[in-house]
Amino acid sequence: MYSSSDLKKGLKIMIDGEPHVIEGFDFTKPGKGQALYKCKLRNMITGSLFDRTYRSGENFEPAPLEERDMQYLYKDEAGYVFMDAKTFEQVILPEQTLGNDYYFLTDNMEVKVLMFGDQGIGITLPNFVNLTVTHADPWVKGDTAAGNNKPATIESGYNLQVPSFVEEGTLIQIDTRTGEYVTRVKE
Amino acid sequence: MANGPDATRAVRRDNLYARARIIQQIRAFFITHTYLEVETPHRIPCNAPEEYIEPVPSVDAFLHTSPELCMKRLLAAGYPKLFQLCRCWRSAERGTRHLPEFTLLEWYASHSDYSDLMYTCEELLCHLVPTGTLAWQGSTISIQPPFERIPLAQAFTRYAPMPLDDAIAADCFEETYTEHVEPRLGIAAPVFIYDYPAKMAALARTKADAPHLAERFELYIGGMELANAFTELTDAYEQRQRFNTALETIQPPNPHHLMPEAFLAELEQMPPSAGIALGIDRLVMLLTDTAEIDAVVAFTPEEL
Repeated sequence: MYSSSDLKKGLKIMIDGEPHVIEGFDFTKPGKGQALYKCKLRNMITGSLFDRTYRSGENFEPAPLEERDMQYLYKDEAGYVFMDAKTFEQVILPEQTLGNDYYFLTDNMEVKVLMFGDQGIGITLPNFVNLTVTHADPWVKGDTAAGNNKPATIESGYNLQVPSFVEEGTLIQIDTRTGEYVTRVKE
Repeated sequence: MANGPDATRAVRRDNLYARARIIQQIRAFFITHTYLEVETPHRIPCNAPEEYIEPVPSVDAFLHTSPELCMKRLLAAGYPKLFQLCRCWRSAERGTRHLPEFTLLEWYASHSDYSDLMYTCEELLCHLVPTGTLAWQGSTISIQPPFERIPLAQAFTRYAPMPLDDAIAADCFEETYTEHVEPRLGIAAPVFIYDYPAKMAALARTKADAPHLAERFELYIGGMELANAFTELTDAYEQRQRFNTALETIQPPNPHHLMPEAFLAELEQMPPSAGIALGIDRLVMLLTDTAEIDAVVAFTPEEL
């Protein structure tokens, strides 16, 4: 059990039976008055964001969440299907739950699925993934200046900036935490 | 990388230089105005019992939450004008404008009241902002006396969705104040909010013509509370009653709150006086256009 003074950014707590993460936090106290704990909360199931202010002495249940190693199988109408390689248990995450993460998913990729009971509510991708550039403007001869970037599209449809020497068909490494280009990958 | 660690370090470096200059200017101001600079013990047997201020224990005593009790004992001992710049400690106060260890400027003057303190605030701010304008979070604040003076009840009428009395009755004073009133105070120019319900000012004198109100004010600039002041209560009997009420109200009973007997014993000798506490960290934030208190101190508690 947490109390008001434990509240901080990143803490995951239960509100009305659903897990919430504190995305913004501030402590405030009008002169001589009661302390207030101002939270910006995100419902980890619906994704909705809202503000709520608590006073001292309130109690909060930690959100019972578990991360499980799973493998990405395929996508169907219901969503993205992942499987626990040990138990063969499958979970389906709807598209909106994945947000932008789906851009970086490739078949059989090992990810961590965040579970709330038997419900998958999010994934953690590997920090780096390799994906192929499907569209980029051709390299202009003589343009060798460092820091000259151009737009490119990868196989999943994700757009990003790449150095001028990267061309269509190049395998590149992307940092999934920032969505940015890291390096060219030699196959 | 606008917000990388190097940029953060550079901002803090500039702010620490500014902080030193500001403290030197404050000292010069009070010395010029014939205030005596004093140092009182930071570790004391007990603080004034206040419902929402939790002292930090230190072996068999407590760190002071404010130097006010010792400052007033010096007034009682006959020192007419005093100031102190010191560290204070309040347990579990940590936010973008709060540190559990912070720096207060307090000054006291005998034979004066809270309206005199408002003038001194105006003079001090003008001394610190000689250009008369202050850049604050993308807007400009005019620092020109006189600052606007608004009774607390009127500030509620002006900015809050309900009157002050209703907010108190509905037990949502703090929420209403911080949500609707405070962010709108002192935006174009500083403002004094004055005359608080007597219950919100346990060490202040009540108004002769309106005993439900206390002679207390707060100074706001840029939506930020900078200072809290009052005409001091000098009636030891009434002060003891108010402390008793506070001790009874604090639930669950807290062994960190005790009756400050030495202070009460000398209070009768204290001449009519007024005193104020001004947060130095927040003042530095304001004068350096810095939104987070972390960037105006050498170390935050988390960095230790």
